[in-house]
Amino acid sequence: MTTNTTTAPTRAARRTDPAKPKRRSGQSAYPYWFYLPAALIYATLFLVPTFASFFFSFTRWNLTEFTWIGMDNFVQFFSEEALLKGLTNTFIYGVVTSVLKVVLGMLLAVLLTSQIIARGYLRSIIFFPVLLSSIGVGIVFTVLMDPSTGLINKALAVVGIDGPAWLTDPAWALMSVAFVDVWKGVGLATVIFIAGIVSIPSEYFEAAKMDGASPVKCFFNITLPLARPATATVIILSLIGGLRSFDLIWAMTKGGPGFTSDVIASVIFKQYQAGFYGLSTAGNVVLFLIVTAVIVPLSMFLNRKEVEA
Amino acid sequence: MIFTPKRRWPAIAGSVTAAALVLTGCSAGGGGNSDAKTITWLVDNTENTITYAEKLAEDFNAANPDIRVEIETRPQGGDGDNIVKTRLATGDMADVFSYNTGSLFQQINPEQNLVPLTGEPYMDNVSDSFKPVVAAGDDVYGVPVGTGSAGAVLYNKKVFEELGLSVPKTWEEFMENSRKIKDSGTAAIIQSYQTTWTSQLFVLGDFANVAAANPTFAEDYTANKVKYATDPAAIKGFEHLEEAYKAGLFNEDFASTTYPQALEKLANGDGAQYPILSFALPELKVSYPDQLNDIGLFPLPGDDPAKNPLTIWLPGGVYLPKSTENVEEAKKFLAFIASTEGCDSQTEAVGANGPYLVEGCDLPDDVPTAVKDMLPFFDDETRNSPALEFLSPVKGPALEQITVEVGSGIRSAKDGAALYDADVTKQAKQLNLPGWN
Repeated sequence: MTTNTTTAPTRAARRTDPAKPKRRSGQSAYPYWFYLPAALIYATLFLVPTFASFFFSFTRWNLTEFTWIGMDNFVQFFSEEALLKGLTNTFIYGVVTSVLKVVLGMLLAVLLTSQIIARGYLRSIIFFPVLLSSIGVGIVFTVLMDPSTGLINKALAVVGIDGPAWLTDPAWALMSVAFVDVWKGVGLATVIFIAGIVSIPSEYFEAAKMDGASPVKCFFNITLPLARPATATVIILSLIGGLRSFDLIWAMTKGGPGFTSDVIASVIFKQYQAGFYGLSTAGNVVLFLIVTAVIVPLSMFLNRKEVEA
Repeated sequence: MIFTPKRRWPAIAGSVTAAALVLTGCSAGGGGNSDAKTITWLVDNTENTITYAEKLAEDFNAANPDIRVEIETRPQGGDGDNIVKTRLATGDMADVFSYNTGSLFQQINPEQNLVPLTGEPYMDNVSDSFKPVVAAGDDVYGVPVGTGSAGAVLYNKKVFEELGLSVPKTWEEFMENSRKIKDSGTAAIIQSYQTTWTSQLFVLGDFANVAAANPTFAEDYTANKVKYATDPAAIKGFEHLEEAYKAGLFNEDFASTTYPQALEKLANGDGAQYPILSFALPELKVSYPDQLNDIGLFPLPGDDPAKNPLTIWLPGGVYLPKSTENVEEAKKFLAFIASTEGCDSQTEAVGANGPYLVEGCDLPDDVPTAVKDMLPFFDDETRNSPALEFLSPVKGPALEQITVEVGSGIRSAKDGAALYDADVTKQAKQLNLPGWN
């Protein structure tokens, strides 16, 4: 009501009287047509596909025609034996990579914020793997991890260790991929931690030293709590990345041997490959819900703590 | 001086562009006879296909100077399927096109989209074992292009000779041979699970044995009346795979071996037997030409030595869409493909990797040994059966993962077969097949 009645007079007034405030509550800075291009792009590329995918997840769909089948896709998806395996694997993968990235990233960040030589150079080296393509990394590590001809097992053999069949032993496959994921992603975590650590005022450390605090105490009582925002960011980013991870797993094991290193995303992709478009769309909806269900409470928890601290 | 390298670039770029213009101008201007009618032929984009397609087009043009055939290509796999379906649906299909036979052929609505070729004189040249896989309703719709193949065991004859082994006719004999080969220090059976599709051969290549034991299996299978897990003949493929794994007959690095590495092992005699599709022969020919004739072929053995049938893969078909305006010219071209001249033209282009399904087409004497081993099975209809995928639209997408698990001892044969049945059910439901929903 108010906006409707006041719009016209205000516009007219604004032109004649520049001294009046330019913006009022409920009135935007730009005319509506100015929003139109962005709104169109948003609607066609984001809104429509999102709702279309919710719709198609209830259908049997071959890209040209569809049949409404209600919840059948979800029932099918959850009765899929590979899915149960994929679901557990997804959580294992997400937690393992996330924890390792936090721990290693923090330790590396402490190292790289110390007074070592060639610090800038070393800092950039840790970031290099992040810049590589996952597929390329996957292919290279597949060769390195070959049980008989791979460099890793040959190196282990020199020191007398009989290395496992990294990617083809069902007990190792998922962990091997997770290790490569950590190698590739720890650089990003380190950089975030470095930023967190250098923003801690040096007075705290000086004061602690004056009071005779040990380095371990400094780390646990100053660095760790004050770098909490960085920790929260790293946990959330790496957990989201871990839960929806796909490219590295696909490049290295394709979910194999058999189904032993399948994650939700690779199960979904296989349904696409088979032409089960409705079913895989349902899988994507499930993945979306799972990621949301994990990340939203976690992020609320981490951010609340941050405020209290 | 310092600047010369930089200055060269524009010059090089300029001359490359000029050369490209000249070349393209040349090919567009070529073609000769301006009265010639042009028909288009859509084929897949594998090198093998393009090579024989161009040769066929050239030879056809030599025999029929007033008709020119222009090759169009499409991707393979799902993308190719979509292109074919879309172009058929929009009436925009090439004058003739190559496409799969069997279950994929049924999915392009032949009765609605294609011109039936049933009464055509050249259909008499087409082998009777090909006609069912391009038939819908009462009509047949395609002529074969390319050669037949087999899902069988390729074996190294030298290893067999050294150990004094003969070709096994039953599974028992096969296992006995394999144990002897293993004891001699050679890998008895090559498996290559890094290339997952290769793991399926124990099951897919065993189908002729299933069909021999139960002639109506394919039909009942499509109608959801028989299952792999419960049919005593069908589950054998899974059981054999499990048995061979448990007996330790595979190459030690089976889990990380790739398909090309497996072919290398076979050619060099590091492994003796490799259950695989005979599509491997052209690849062996390119990579190991000297050892090609050391390689022989026998069917995956079953229980009955008297039957011992071969599971065969039929070639693709060439079809005539209803949308074409050049029916007469296109039919002439189909007649050429289904003639001995057509086979000769393909052999000249890519060599013969299996028998043609056109009557009267002889293979040259210098065909690889493994192809010679295949021929008797193709000649006698009671000694072969097309693979299940040519007889039924039902095929689950996860078979290769399941057979990797069974062949690696992760899952039992019984479990694997049951899991495959569940996979198949899912696919049949997606296709809306009657009897499954």
